[in-house]
Amino acid sequence: MSTRGERLLTYLILGFFSLVALTPVIGVLSTALGPQSSLSTGFTLPEGSPEWGNFADAWDRGHFGTYLGSSVLVSVAVVTATTVLAVLAAYAFALMRFPGATVLFYLFVLGLTLPQEALVIPLYFDLRELELTDTYWALILPQTAQSLAFGVFWMRTYFRNSSPTVIEAARIDGAGTWTTLWRILVPMGRPAISTMVVIVFMWTWNEFLLALVMVSDESHRTVPLGLAFFQGQQNSDTALLAAASVLVALPVVAVYLALQRRFIEGMLTGAVKE
Amino acid sequence: MRAAHRRAPGEPRAVGYLYVLPALVVYGAFLLYPFGQSVWLSLLHWDGLTAATWAGSDNYRDLFTDPALRAPFWHALVLLLFYSALPVALGLLLAATMSRIRVRGLTFFRVVLFLPQVLAMVVVGVAWRSILAPDGLLNDTLDAVGLDALSRPWLGDSTWALPAVGGIGTWVGTGLCMVLFLAGVQRIPRERYEAARIDGAGAFREFWSVTLPGLRAEVAVALTLTIVAGLRNFDLIYITTSGGPGNATSVPAYEVYHRAFETNQVGSAAAVAVALALMIFTLTVAVSKLVEGRRG
Repeated sequence: MSTRGERLLTYLILGFFSLVALTPVIGVLSTALGPQSSLSTGFTLPEGSPEWGNFADAWDRGHFGTYLGSSVLVSVAVVTATTVLAVLAAYAFALMRFPGATVLFYLFVLGLTLPQEALVIPLYFDLRELELTDTYWALILPQTAQSLAFGVFWMRTYFRNSSPTVIEAARIDGAGTWTTLWRILVPMGRPAISTMVVIVFMWTWNEFLLALVMVSDESHRTVPLGLAFFQGQQNSDTALLAAASVLVALPVVAVYLALQRRFIEGMLTGAVKE
Repeated sequence: MRAAHRRAPGEPRAVGYLYVLPALVVYGAFLLYPFGQSVWLSLLHWDGLTAATWAGSDNYRDLFTDPALRAPFWHALVLLLFYSALPVALGLLLAATMSRIRVRGLTFFRVVLFLPQVLAMVVVGVAWRSILAPDGLLNDTLDAVGLDALSRPWLGDSTWALPAVGGIGTWVGTGLCMVLFLAGVQRIPRERYEAARIDGAGAFREFWSVTLPGLRAEVAVALTLTIVAGLRNFDLIYITTSGGPGNATSVPAYEVYHRAFETNQVGSAAAVAVALALMIFTLTVAVSKLVEGRRG
């Protein structure tokens, strides 16, 4: 096969699959800007000028403003807790030796393959016993635990690869382990930490099953849960549903477009064992 | 002598426990402990309200004997073809065609192809319900090209609902595989292709002897990620079909929720959950063994 032919074929394949990847996204965007109370359940094209008011309606009438508030609160809490706890634990796993360290580390790695379905039943009954269902704690604590598997694994790799001479220099300057971590290794590790932050943010933001099980009152609903209920309503309008979908997806997509390298790197290496 | 030992592989310090402790407390209380409880619950008959009774291995035996429980696992295996095998095959197809050239605009293609991975599955489900609806984009397209005979309510058709849901999984996974293999194929040394060509290898043999072995690590990652995602597909099933029509698209992940929170069969749900976890673990290990075994 000639190189020219191969080049053409490659671009055709890339172009075709890019189009396939974008079609549902464009369809939802176009429907979100289309007229309300259209009878079609499929995608629609905007008639005349785009209806930006659909977003305002989804925000107010669809209560997505409230849901977004819940999602932001839960995401910020999970990301913050995961980052602090994962950095501390990974630092010890990477640079200190203590009996049982390997076993404990593998316990964390195990969490990478454990599906949420295998946890959610007892979590529901336990948290209901503690009267924590229908609170943000029921979303924050389990999601922090699940994110720690990735966080500890990811940050340990970073600390393992950090320069021993830098650590040695800090020690000669009289810095203890605590100071070395926060003054030197964490500032140097900003790229690794930000990759972890965006991945954990995405997982938390998109989480559905846990919210479905834990939350029954409307005031604690996160955006994916809100969207699912919105779709379940008999008379939900196609344009509003599409506008709501855009509101749900937009924060993660915006971060993705800004930091795509970190996203792809983090998601593809999360599964790689050493 | 102590100084010599102190450096590698890490410093012996009991203070390590203090650093690990906070993470371990949260992880233990909200992941390890509930998993242990799931295993315990799977050995009980329990409706979630009244006192539980001991079931022993009953719930697990039902996984093999009860058709209503066998079906979800069978569906999960069928869906893995769509979620995992098909995306990997399509990704390899792309890798094979582009192995000898440099692609311009790679960043653009990578960002677009990977986009389905970052969308919430709830959003993906809503979008695809529109496409697969009776008056949706797929049927409209079929009508437009004169294939009206093929159009149908995809998600409501007991034969076609499972492949239709599978197709959504293929859409989600294909970009991931392509992005992985795009990066991988560019790391294969050019000399190997030149050597193969000097040996008179055609495009097909070149793929088998150079591209595929060169992508072994990437294929393993792609299989692992897509298998795990394919078996954890609760969100998509809940949004698109709720396991229906009938139980045509019920999968273990959905059955766990359905049994535990809708039909009060908590013990049985826990058994499905533990079996699902074992299935994911086994397949993940098998993939990594398969890849390591062929190495060298």
